[in-house]
Amino acid sequence: MNPRLKIKMCGSNVKVFYAQKEILHGIHLDIPENRVTALIGPSGCGKSTFLRCLNRMNDTIEGARVTGQILLDEEDIYDPSVDVVELRSRVGMVFQKPNPFPKSIYENVAYGPRIHGLAKSRVDLDEIIEQSLLKAGLFHEVKDRLHDAGTSLSGGQQQRLCIARAIAVRPEVILMDEPCSALDPIATARIEELIDDLRRNYTITIVTHSMQQAARVSQFTAMFHMGNLVEVGTTKTIFTSPGEQRTQDYITGRFG
Amino acid sequence: MRKGDVCHTTPMRRDIGLRQRYRAEMRFRAYGITAISIGMFFLGVLLWSVFSKGYSAFWQTSLTLNIRFDAAIIDPKNIRDHDSQVLFTANYPLLVRNALAEKLGVPSDDHLALHEVSHMFSSSVRVQLRDLVLGHPQLIGGIQKVTFLASADIDSAFKKQINLAGSETRRKISNRQIEWMHRLSADGSLHRAFNTGLFTLTASNRPETSGLGVALVGSLYMMLIVLVLSLPIGVAAAVYLEEYTHKNRFTDLVEVNINNLASVPSIVFGLLGLAVFVNFFGLPRSTSIVGGLVLTLMTLPTIIIATRSALRAVPPSIRSAALGIGASKTQTVFHHVLPLAVPGIMTGTIIGLAHALGETAPLLLIGMVAFVANYPITPMDPATALPVQIYMWANEAERAFVERTSGAIIVLLVFLILMNIASIVLRRRFERRW
Amino acid sequence: MLTQHTVRSFDRELDYLAKKIAEMGDHACSIVERSVKAIVQDDYRLADELIAEDVILDKAEREIDEKAILVIARRQPMAVDLREIIGTIRISSDLERVGDMGKNIAKRAAVIAGTRQPSSFYSSLEAFVALALRQLNEVLDAYAKHSLDRINAVRERDGTIDAMYTSLFRELLTYMVKDSHNITACTHLLFCTKNIERIGDHATNIAETAHYVITGSYPLLERPKGDHTYEVGMRKEVS
Repeated sequence: MNPRLKIKMCGSNVKVFYAQKEILHGIHLDIPENRVTALIGPSGCGKSTFLRCLNRMNDTIEGARVTGQILLDEEDIYDPSVDVVELRSRVGMVFQKPNPFPKSIYENVAYGPRIHGLAKSRVDLDEIIEQSLLKAGLFHEVKDRLHDAGTSLSGGQQQRLCIARAIAVRPEVILMDEPCSALDPIATARIEELIDDLRRNYTITIVTHSMQQAARVSQFTAMFHMGNLVEVGTTKTIFTSPGEQRTQDYITGRFG
Repeated sequence: MRKGDVCHTTPMRRDIGLRQRYRAEMRFRAYGITAISIGMFFLGVLLWSVFSKGYSAFWQTSLTLNIRFDAAIIDPKNIRDHDSQVLFTANYPLLVRNALAEKLGVPSDDHLALHEVSHMFSSSVRVQLRDLVLGHPQLIGGIQKVTFLASADIDSAFKKQINLAGSETRRKISNRQIEWMHRLSADGSLHRAFNTGLFTLTASNRPETSGLGVALVGSLYMMLIVLVLSLPIGVAAAVYLEEYTHKNRFTDLVEVNINNLASVPSIVFGLLGLAVFVNFFGLPRSTSIVGGLVLTLMTLPTIIIATRSALRAVPPSIRSAALGIGASKTQTVFHHVLPLAVPGIMTGTIIGLAHALGETAPLLLIGMVAFVANYPITPMDPATALPVQIYMWANEAERAFVERTSGAIIVLLVFLILMNIASIVLRRRFERRW
Repeated sequence: MLTQHTVRSFDRELDYLAKKIAEMGDHACSIVERSVKAIVQDDYRLADELIAEDVILDKAEREIDEKAILVIARRQPMAVDLREIIGTIRISSDLERVGDMGKNIAKRAAVIAGTRQPSSFYSSLEAFVALALRQLNEVLDAYAKHSLDRINAVRERDGTIDAMYTSLFRELLTYMVKDSHNITACTHLLFCTKNIERIGDHATNIAETAHYVITGSYPLLERPKGDHTYEVGMRKEVS
């Protein structure tokens, strides 16, 4: 990996247990700043589990236990002194299924800034919302109907609304868990374009089942299999000449 | 597609048991229709028997007569200016009897006939005329048109609920009275009017003057107490159990107990209420407050279970979304999950309330089965409840109480239907799609 | 060796491409071999036949291109599969060029029909073409069997071809110097030898492509260069 890149998040020996069963077997993975890191691997390989460790969403699952160390800017996010709510305001998340709140578009985006007290006035809040929607590439489509229900949008628009909602909190890292798996190719293309734009200001980690998508949007790719990190490297290397046989087999469609 | 790409010959038809499958389906449909028909039939029978007996309770036979407020009868000694007591004790029914006898042409010396005349109207005229005279003393000596209730027997006869064809000695109403009834009915003095008394009157041992007033107020107080207590307690308990606790042996125990509580016979709640609220806390018996507390205990499990399932029905993606942008647990629950569960909670609450409204057994045990003639002013006053009133009327012997019992059942059913409709409307109105 | 793809028709498509390459290789070899035979045996009829036969290779190349593009569009291949398909396209174009070389030799054979050179030249020419074709066959076979050692060996041996080419170049120059009437025929033969030397280069190209397909990286750039003809006549030669 290029030594000039700043490492934004760094997992070392990350193990996850669900009710005594070890799901992740000691993952060491660096996530470089202002780059898109794709996590790939077959279903049940632990890539989503690892992603959810990065903003401690696993805390919400009963019986889940995480050991090892995950650093965000040199600070262990599992340290007892770290507040999980503050962590999640710095590490945002976009989910597989678009999940806007059943409220207006405006309220969807406004919710985050409001609970974190990011806006000092109504004008300030309006500005944050406009900027977030602009960055998510949604503003021009919805500016005349900000008070319509978020759920009235199309699937792709809903997912961009969820991205806008995540951006509105001004996170440093955005985690995306298969953000396009429920979308059509055009909507997928728009999200991919968006991810590329967002990379300039955010560090992005994306879990995807689409190898082509990983190849298109990411600069680094990490291949997971059976709870292990098989290989990590530049996307260019992984998709043209991977070092590991298992990676090769997976990306060329020779698994199982 | 080029010609020849598609094969046009149809393959051999295979026997894949279609006929049996369709027959099985038809059979199952027939079972379903039969089951529904049986259910509908019994519901129809029930409703028909209740309505056919009860609809007449909403109408009451009344008499309208010009009554001369004869000072010689009301105040023969003319001492009312310094002794108002005389107006309280005056023989008001005599005024009505005289007016009716005069109307029917009964001579004032035929004591037997006069006795029968005085059984034509309800003895409630005493109170009615007394209140009239006390309110307007200037009426004394004048003539005033007054509408008053016919006696229960005349009411039953006029509604044709008594068989008038049989022997005179075997019924409570004489041939002469029947003849008078027809004469009065022909000139319009005897008529039917809407029975407001059913809703406003209180307990009485005369059917025509007894009503649901106390029961309605008692039920209203109890519903308010149940709502105010069980909704917040139930929702808080459900939210805590569903969103905050981790699953362990203790929560399992709580869960099992709540489910058991929901299936405990209501009479046990009555005993519990008697022991705890009346005997231990010393609250007065027969009061709405005790009834309300007992019904609260009964309704709590229903509301907790309904709220929990409503919370569980909120998609986890909403929780993830809120947590993912840094909302705390409590913010997630109160900003997102609970508002989405409100329709379910409201439905559960209304169904719980409807259940409580129809509950009788525990109320019997805490002494709400009482003869209460005065309206309860506060929940601390003795009262009855709708179903208890039905129970009490059902035990009365007189014919006129039968229709009142059914009438009260209709009132109760209407309330229950209204509550259920409200729950459906609320659910439709607030149900959100996601 | 790689396991099968989950989608087995993908395997069949890749196998088809490999088979097509092998066929093209055989055909290209046969054209070159027979064109040299036309020169050696002075058979202009055979030469004419060969000129017409070149179309088959052009067609085969086009077919491989179309098939490869279809596979890319349909399967979005990654890593080794992607490299293999791109390699197939390149190798087929190399083989088509080899076919062109053979056709060119056949054309020249027709032109110089009736002229003869000393028989020692013809045996040298036959040995030369045999060496070049062995290289080509070897690299195609090694590629089919994904044998990296044999592929590298082919690259190493390119120097021998260059050396033989230099010696034939000198020999033809000598004939031209001896007899100026021979210049036309010898110039044509010079181009024929050049063509055969180019076949060796194509074999080397194929070896490099094969190396990339198998390993994902190109071999190091330095390789033995035996072609010293550009030095002939430039300076005093050391015999």
